Amino acid sequence: MIAAADPVQRPQDAKLLVVDALGHISHTRRRDFVDLLRRGDLVIANDAATLPASLTGRHLSTGSEVEARLAGRRSLSVDDVGSYSAVMFGAGDFRTPTENRAAPPLFVPGDDLALGPLRATVTKTLGHPRLVSLQFDGSVAEIWAGIARHGRPIQYAHITSPLSLWDVWTVIAGPPVAFEPPSAGFVLDWQALSTMSARGIDFATITLAAGISSTGDTELDARLPFDEPYEIPSATAHAIDRALSDGRRIVAIGTTVVRALEHAATGRRSVRAGQGVATQRINETSRLQIVDAILSGVHEPATSHHQLLRAFAGGTTLREADAVMSARGYRTHEFGDSVWFEREPASTQG
Amino acid sequence: MNRFIDLRVAVTGGTSGLGLALVQQLSARGARVAFVARGRERVERVARECPGTHGIVGDVSLKTDIYPIAVQILGELGGLDVLINNASDLGPATLRLLGDTDCEDLERALATNLVGPFRLTKAVLGALSASARAGRGAVVLNISSDAALNPYPTWGAYGASKAALRHLSAIWDSEIAEQGVRVLSLDPGDMDTPLHAQAVPGADPSTLKRPQVAALEMIDAIMAALPVVERDLDGALAIAGHQRVQ
Repeated sequence: MIAAADPVQRPQDAKLLVVDALGHISHTRRRDFVDLLRRGDLVIANDAATLPASLTGRHLSTGSEVEARLAGRRSLSVDDVGSYSAVMFGAGDFRTPTENRAAPPLFVPGDDLALGPLRATVTKTLGHPRLVSLQFDGSVAEIWAGIARHGRPIQYAHITSPLSLWDVWTVIAGPPVAFEPPSAGFVLDWQALSTMSARGIDFATITLAAGISSTGDTELDARLPFDEPYEIPSATAHAIDRALSDGRRIVAIGTTVVRALEHAATGRRSVRAGQGVATQRINETSRLQIVDAILSGVHEPATSHHQLLRAFAGGTTLREADAVMSARGYRTHEFGDSVWFEREPASTQG
Repeated sequence: MNRFIDLRVAVTGGTSGLGLALVQQLSARGARVAFVARGRERVERVARECPGTHGIVGDVSLKTDIYPIAVQILGELGGLDVLINNASDLGPATLRLLGDTDCEDLERALATNLVGPFRLTKAVLGALSASARAGRGAVVLNISSDAALNPYPTWGAYGASKAALRHLSAIWDSEIAEQGVRVLSLDPGDMDTPLHAQAVPGADPSTLKRPQVAALEMIDAIMAALPVVERDLDGALAIAGHQRVQ
């Protein structure tokens, strides 16, 4: 499979691989994805807007250039913006593949960073020299203004031109809490939402602070996904409970939606409304309680996103889907093609 | 029940004229207000004078300022229920015939009065629709003018930009109402504001509406377009007239 290199959210020629609950594979145009939905389906997307979470600057005690990629926060509370976990890089930028990036200096607690107009202190390292906890100086307003003005969207070398926030915000983007875009939502536009509404397909949103997808470091990548705070609005929880009791399908737009909903599942065919922190991994051992189908990007094997699909389909089906997508030139990454998986009955997975 | 408590409002052009009056009155009623203006010093002063408001320095006529403004509005308020596109530019420094109007002055009027509101509304439309889905309702108020309707000589740049904004509002409202978002266009009338003084330097202020009065009328119109919601003791929202699903 090849990496999609143009930052276009809805390319006209985007492909969609469809895997039904019996493991049958077919192909369609992604712009026709609404045709896969049925009256009564409840479609749920992540409405997190993407922060400009890449902050460049200097490590003051050594003068070294650094790039901080904000990667996690404790909660979605609007005032809880002073403290972040961050993956640190040395000199250079997104044009260099992350695995080839220069290492940052060795951080010790108390080190100060100047990141554009922002000042931050490394309060501790988090089990890896490149993963640190940062505390920003200043008021909430100053921190927001500094991030908004100085930050850039986190970006990888497969996209060669610098990304702007308008490239990475979905049309439904709301609270700016995601560190990378919940890119499955790129499929949505207002026309699609209007068509869904006309066809009796329900739509609701959750907010999950989607974390970073790659660090360039094998040891750190093995720890992904990091813990992600989320919020399920009361209206969304009620819509889910009604759909579950009616036996209607729940369709997740993206892996982050699956992670939030399954974390909030109560075990009684219901989800908890409100805030939580998703800490779990979803893989072949997971028994999904809420989500019946997922629309997601094309993920490379061995990534956590790919492992999550094992909760929907067996290993044989997934290997076959990967082979078909390779043969047909499906494009990976956030601006690439998409997959649709309906959950196989548990007894047929293997 | 105070309907303003927890209402999240953003106002552009919030440090003078109608915008300032809106910030002061919404804040005084308990709304959570973020406001945008170009001058840092004025933004900081208004933020000090209206404690609890969020001042944002930015220029809505600049494409590159829109997303930083949106990040700060949505970040500091955690979402958005009401956007008031109030910032306006007369075009030329003084009123003049269209034939004497520099192209750049027309472009600036369009950038501030039409394209800026379009861009900012687009950037926060996801947040507004989330408010609507949550039962809170959502309103975009675009500040219009009688110059949007009447072809007053010498008001060409301003009038053309406000006419376009008014039509944009009407079309957007018809498209997005099904998502629960309302887009309003309202003319506050001739007010005693810096923009009016720039346009008509000799006007007698006593013949003009006070911006505080116009702000009350705008706020009434916004509240009329929002659903009446009741809050349970646990803070959950319920739409009046509907049973809350347990």
